Amino acid sequence: MAHGMIIVDEAHCKGCALCTTACPQQILEIDTQTLNDRGYHPAHLADPAGRCTGCAICAVICPDACITVYREARAKQGGGKDA
Amino acid sequence: MMQALREPTAEMEVIYQHPAALSECRTHYCPGCTHGIAHRLLAEAIDELGIRERVILVAPVGCAVFAYEYFEVDGCEAAHGRAPAMATGIKRSCPENLVITYQGDGDLASIGAAEILHAAARGERITTIFVNNAVYGMTGGQMAPTSLLGQKTTSSPAGRMATLTGYPLHMCELLSGLQGSTYIVRRSLHDVRHIRQAKKAITTALRVQMAGLGFGMVELLSSCPTNWGLTPEQAMGWIETKLIPQYPLGDYKVTDEAKALEKAG
Repeated sequence: MAHGMIIVDEAHCKGCALCTTACPQQILEIDTQTLNDRGYHPAHLADPAGRCTGCAICAVICPDACITVYREARAKQGGGKDA
Repeated sequence: MMQALREPTAEMEVIYQHPAALSECRTHYCPGCTHGIAHRLLAEAIDELGIRERVILVAPVGCAVFAYEYFEVDGCEAAHGRAPAMATGIKRSCPENLVITYQGDGDLASIGAAEILHAAARGERITTIFVNNAVYGMTGGQMAPTSLLGQKTTSSPAGRMATLTGYPLHMCELLSGLQGSTYIVRRSLHDVRHIRQAKKAITTALRVQMAGLGFGMVELLSSCPTNWGLTPEQAMGWIETKLIPQYPLGDYKVTDEAKALEKAG
């Protein structure tokens, strides 16, 4: 079961691919089948196995602030700090 | 094997999103340029400190020339290199406001060297975000005062030579020697761990100004994939292997009062 997921704002993404290299799970990729209106191939989450942990590393390195990160509330995973 | 999530489930909460102090408009920066990271960190720090209504941002000349468009704060545009002088005037006439200059290395270390030096020497209660990518980005990759020896740029095609153009300028080292400076640190934006450290430094620098302590500057080693002729990922590696050895990261001057703020934060 995925503990997290991200949504990439495709219109703002410039396809720099820094998120794809930073992702510890290696589940981000550049979507070469899509072009945004500026001609960039945006990044997207390719996570059929539900491996995204919602660690937010992709969002921290994104130069265009176009990644929103969601994660299951930590309390429900048993322990950890309050979000 | 479950289906890939297309939207968050009811149990999920947002843990990271576009900061409110950062404008929704798209920036003109090249793909992979760390100006965008520096912008986001500054916006996050402004949001977390709850100071958006009090901030006045002074934009430079250089790639960040439109910075005043990219933040949801009041802002203005200074002549090349003069952001610290303009910020001085704003801060002295509106001392309750928080005045931030955002400058690149061409702007701050070359044409604006006198302004930044004297603003620091006077101990102006302003905060400077100094983006150092060792090149003039906007005008096409010419040599900057911070370019490394041997670095090939469009105006030093054979590599920078000390005999012709001297040595790289180290602004943190220079400014930390002045009595008026309070918080002078150098950080890097080349990976997630360092980006988080940079965010902390920016937050502390703003708190230094909120406490009225004196001049603060955070230097951020940054990438310029376009003018370095590298991919965004390779450019991050170049920061780590080339820039950091020449510009060591660290706290160059943190006064005791600033240290106390750092701990409290």
